[in-house]
Amino acid sequence: MAVIETLNTGFGSWNPLIWLAAFIIAIILAWFIWLRGESDYRKGTEQTKPFISGNAEPEKGEVHVRGGNMYWGFTNALEDYYERLVPLHSGILTDYILWFLGVMAIVMILVLGGGLI
Amino acid sequence: MIYNLPFIAAGLIIIIGIVMMVTKKNLIRIVMGLALVEAGVNLFLVATGYIENGIAPIFTNSPGGEMVFPTVQAMTLTNIVIGIATTALLLSFVMIIYKKYGTVDVDKTGRLKG
Amino acid sequence: MITGWIMENLPALLLAVPMLGAILTPLVGKVSEKGRNAWVLLVSLAALCVAALLTNEVLSSGTVIYTFGAGTPASAIPADSGGLPFRIIFTVDAMSVFMAISASIVGFAVTLFSIAGDSKMSGKDSFYALLLLMQVGILGMVCTGDMFNFFVFLEINSLAGAALVASRVDKGYAVEAGLKYAVLSTLGGLLVLFAVGLFYGQYDALNMAVIADSMQFGVLDKIALVLLLVALAMKSGAVPMHFWTPDAYSMAPSSVTAFLVVASQASLYGVFRVVFTLYNVTLDYATIGWIIIILGVLSMFIGVTMAIPQKDVKRLMAYHAVSQTGYMLLGVGVGLAVLGNAAMMDAFGMTAMEGGLFHIINHAMYKGLLFLTAGAIFYQAGTRNLNKLGGLGHEMKWTMVFFIIGALAIAGIPPFNGFASKLMIYESVFMFSPILSIIAMVVSILTLASFVKVFHSMFMGPKLPEYEGVREVPRYMLAGMGILALLVILFGVFPQQVVDFLITPAATALVDQGSYIAAVLGGGA
Repeated sequence: MAVIETLNTGFGSWNPLIWLAAFIIAIILAWFIWLRGESDYRKGTEQTKPFISGNAEPEKGEVHVRGGNMYWGFTNALEDYYERLVPLHSGILTDYILWFLGVMAIVMILVLGGGLI
Repeated sequence: MIYNLPFIAAGLIIIIGIVMMVTKKNLIRIVMGLALVEAGVNLFLVATGYIENGIAPIFTNSPGGEMVFPTVQAMTLTNIVIGIATTALLLSFVMIIYKKYGTVDVDKTGRLKG
Repeated sequence: MITGWIMENLPALLLAVPMLGAILTPLVGKVSEKGRNAWVLLVSLAALCVAALLTNEVLSSGTVIYTFGAGTPASAIPADSGGLPFRIIFTVDAMSVFMAISASIVGFAVTLFSIAGDSKMSGKDSFYALLLLMQVGILGMVCTGDMFNFFVFLEINSLAGAALVASRVDKGYAVEAGLKYAVLSTLGGLLVLFAVGLFYGQYDALNMAVIADSMQFGVLDKIALVLLLVALAMKSGAVPMHFWTPDAYSMAPSSVTAFLVVASQASLYGVFRVVFTLYNVTLDYATIGWIIIILGVLSMFIGVTMAIPQKDVKRLMAYHAVSQTGYMLLGVGVGLAVLGNAAMMDAFGMTAMEGGLFHIINHAMYKGLLFLTAGAIFYQAGTRNLNKLGGLGHEMKWTMVFFIIGALAIAGIPPFNGFASKLMIYESVFMFSPILSIIAMVVSILTLASFVKVFHSMFMGPKLPEYEGVREVPRYMLAGMGILALLVILFGVFPQQVVDFLITPAATALVDQGSYIAAVLGGGA
């Protein structure tokens, strides 16, 4: 059948429809498990307020983790790499042109000089 | 040898233009460098169409003899028109940058970075 | 009768429709604003229809030749010319229509989005005229069979693009981005023209098929190859010549950014066309293949690592665009590196190329979608700074859904389209060189990580007081995003059908230089 065709990747194959069916079945199962749980949730009561060990809730803007705080550890661990990489993006037009011409010169040497190997 | 002179001149003009683009600090001079590169390429194009003792390809009252094929001339004309549009656009960009930033120094106009 | 005329002149109409539309846009705009919006939409839709008809025509009955100024469009070689096709000829093969249909779909979605999304801007008449002109440039680049014509469309594309990038002056920042883009693309364009001059000087021809047929691969041809390859790779934003990309993509209006992605891909098409159609058999496959692979791997890795610490959402997405371009270069580069070896080509080379090409259309869809959602956020919240945004998911539910679809697709999560093409690239590249494939997978993981960050900081969190009045965006913007989101899902769920219908013919057309030459010059050249 043409509709449930598998994508040939040359190595294996991938059939999104079968995957999708499995995914939907998994969601239905999860939903059944969820249905069997306690249903004492009430909207608009004390339940829905955030509980911070009895302390008063801070302002909304304070609670939200801003984008700049994320992956701090990642960038910090790779600090050496980023310290070298970011300054290359200097924003100066002359540098952009030099990079372009530099790459052109290197490729020119490679191609005219007979190649990499 | 003498017929290679236009090519050498074209190459020189292109190199002067490129060197100007990467060494000058003033944005207007960078645009001028670009215009020089363009002039060099135009000269190169026209030079490739040269035939010794060739005549203009106008058939009316033609004196006879070998005619040049006018493709490169047409290409050069097209590129001149494109070049005018480009230069005008670039210079108007520089104008607005000067109005907003107060400088046309290439080192000080790199505010988008990182 | 009229349908016969249309079918006969499809390649010319593909350009004539948006070009005429662009010229008439300011005139219609003088009459009424609503009328102009309708007009622009109509033109964009008509261009999409022409592209679809042309795709159908080419895929069902082979390469279409269109000779401008000839008695009949199919007569490429005039009888008295001594076998030289000196007219401008459009050679529209499966690869060309593949690019054209992808550009037209994004063009239509972008126009739809832009009708509402850019309504606050001034000077909209010229804005839409330039948008349509940029489409002319892109479609011309992918359809033409003439080197000089290619240069002209490249320049139309760059100039319109630069003007659009700068169109929202934004205290000079957008103009700065436009200047950088314009200077680099003009320099690149002039070097392309120089290479065209080198070809003309040697072969007295501008037609790609003629040049390919008589290609000697002497020193001048090598120089021309390098000029074309590097200049077009720079225009497509390959690292380490990508510096203009984040500047231009982040400062352009979002609808324009989505379209700039397609404009860069047209340059990528130029790289592939030059390498496969102009040079092909004469090339030293390993050297050029590895140069493209190295550019691809650098683009993937540096693009994604630069994206992670970004604070501006559009700048972040721009670095991802660089990174995704790397996948296309990698896939097609692997295909090129093994082009001379029939056994390896059958085993994985063809699949790698198909993966790379499939990624082009997928990238156009999901990256367009992501830039449009960023535009929707900017339209409502007035900022692109991830440190300031937050809690928008409560009100902008549809935008959030579209963003999730785009983000999962770019990270290669099934069942979206990014997964299908990335899977093809991973598995075929693994057979070529396992380390490259592993790098590609790591890059995908980092992509997912960085989009989790964007998703969290834009949509999650409590409702913030500063975005009290934020509502869902107007319907036109949702429709523009919706079209692309729908295609992202469709291409992901039915990948094999898309590959069979569009991608395999495109890859075959690209590899098969002989049939391209024969289509123009006739006979068994």
